[in-house]
Amino acid sequence: MVTQLTPKASLYLPRLAELTRVEPLAQKEKVFEFRLSDGKELGHKPGQFVEISLFGIGEAPISISSSPTKKGSFELAIRATGNVTNALHKLDKGATVGIRGPFGNGFPIDKFKNKDVLIVAGGIGLFPLRSLINYIRDNRADFGNLTVLFGCRAPVERLFCNELCTWGEYTDMEFLETVDTCDESWTGNVGVITTLFPKITFDPSNTYAVVVGPPIMYRFVIAECVKKGIPEDQIILSLERRMKCGVGKCGHCQINNVYVCQEGPVFTYAELKKLKEAV
Amino acid sequence: MQNKIISKQDLVSFVNNLIKEKAAEEIVGVKASDGKYAFGELANASELCLDYDVTLLPPKKYFLPQKETVLKFKLGAKPSVEPVADAKSIIIIGVHPYDIKAIELCDAVYTSTNPDPNYLLKRNKATIIGVDCLNPNPKAFCPSLGTAIVESGFDLMLTDIGDSYVVAVGTGNGDKLLNKYAKTKAATDSELAQRDNQRRQALGKYKVSLNMPSSEVPGLLEASWDSPVFKEKSETCLSCGSCVMVCPTCVCFDVQDDIALTLDKGERYRQWDACMLVDFAKVATGENFRDDKEKRFRHRMYRKGMYLITRYEKPGCVGCGRCALACLAQIASPAETFNLLKEAS
Repeated sequence: MVTQLTPKASLYLPRLAELTRVEPLAQKEKVFEFRLSDGKELGHKPGQFVEISLFGIGEAPISISSSPTKKGSFELAIRATGNVTNALHKLDKGATVGIRGPFGNGFPIDKFKNKDVLIVAGGIGLFPLRSLINYIRDNRADFGNLTVLFGCRAPVERLFCNELCTWGEYTDMEFLETVDTCDESWTGNVGVITTLFPKITFDPSNTYAVVVGPPIMYRFVIAECVKKGIPEDQIILSLERRMKCGVGKCGHCQINNVYVCQEGPVFTYAELKKLKEAV
Repeated sequence: MQNKIISKQDLVSFVNNLIKEKAAEEIVGVKASDGKYAFGELANASELCLDYDVTLLPPKKYFLPQKETVLKFKLGAKPSVEPVADAKSIIIIGVHPYDIKAIELCDAVYTSTNPDPNYLLKRNKATIIGVDCLNPNPKAFCPSLGTAIVESGFDLMLTDIGDSYVVAVGTGNGDKLLNKYAKTKAATDSELAQRDNQRRQALGKYKVSLNMPSSEVPGLLEASWDSPVFKEKSETCLSCGSCVMVCPTCVCFDVQDDIALTLDKGERYRQWDACMLVDFAKVATGENFRDDKEKRFRHRMYRKGMYLITRYEKPGCVGCGRCALACLAQIASPAETFNLLKEAS
């Protein structure tokens, strides 16, 4: 017989949440602010994700873009790319969705305490990293230097533009950005994200690099971090997978013997090196 | 363990009593149809077939149905959602030892972390009456995996010794059923010796075996990631997912929403899914992390021979042979691949 367990009926039951604000970010990206209908906080860590439900359409795993220091509501920044996300993009303020989670391990922020943090965001990789950046800024004294590198394909694909501007103005962090291609109206850096590395200095042994972006970017950025001398267990990455259940059952996010929704989505490069088919 | 004897005639009465007296809401067992066998609801003991080689689908379907509703929701201005989990009490008659081992693996997956309400509800209402497999199918290799004979995981376990069955009583629940619905007597030493002899003879009937101890398989796979065997074996793979659909230790699922024609309500269901299907590891941006059949074939072999074992400390393959019987390309048997890898190592 199975040990008598009392499973939570809520394992697959979403909590209802109200859409309180929608803002366009770029052509196919919007940020959505939600408030849980039960009045509770989501209670997440930067780097975790939720399963968002549009009843009748389906459920999709989405990383959380707001910092846990933001109370009363949370934000999901979402690119319209599949059934659920395209339907989400048609919603207006006041709509009701379902939320399960938060799920996953999140970024190891306790390890970042008193260390320098180098954040490398490629495209919508900025979405989960924005949670971490804002968390560090709201607890600034707990961390060392904060450097943020952001790269996207073209100026029109920049995300959270107002925030990017303020990050550039703050004196307690360094912010650099680049685009792959542009016209003459862009006066900033042009080139892939690794072209920003020569412009910054950091003490590799005291630095955690947190990298989120498309798989192709990982290969080059990891190589750059290693070359600069950052230890492999201080290079942190987050992986995208099709987590259908979020609770380690459905098998879709499995890489070798790892369930990304359980042991991930955040891994160190030292851990990822041992995994095949990861990136 | 307590062992009793039940005559074949009394077993028929026992099963008919279970059905007539509604000992559970559902009484299911192995039934024969056109030379194949399948678990199905029993209307009469005469339908029950206890001398069979393997069923098309494993009894897993009673705990993890092919399709199962997990949520119901109402749409509109004020949407609402509620969980759905229902289960009937069930007695499953004629479960082979390898399937009992497979159920133990499913139990580990669905209860060790994040206990699954839908699975557990069904599982906790189930009574398992096993039967020893005395005539295995030509693709089975249970003895190599230690899954041909089980000492636990059942309420009752039957072994055919000619005119009667030895009944091993595995749980208090099994004991109660026997006392209430069956005529039995204590088993003698000679009858137990007969049982052991039957089991021993059956072990000699398996046609497939591993060419190494099963404990060596995880290590062998660990060292074989780049082996050409996976490409060679998978070249004729149809990516049809049949091997997964019939597997007693495959537990993955897909989740979908279904909306009523009236557009005011609907339900979310889960259904069996297969890592051998092309889109299984594809994400919304189009990236497919196991985009060719070699990778998918290798993933399945590693799941069976290594991943499930290291994660749950239970066999990930029980050697039932269903995948090999179902595979049109005749490439699905884990035993064949493991043996080829061993030869190449």
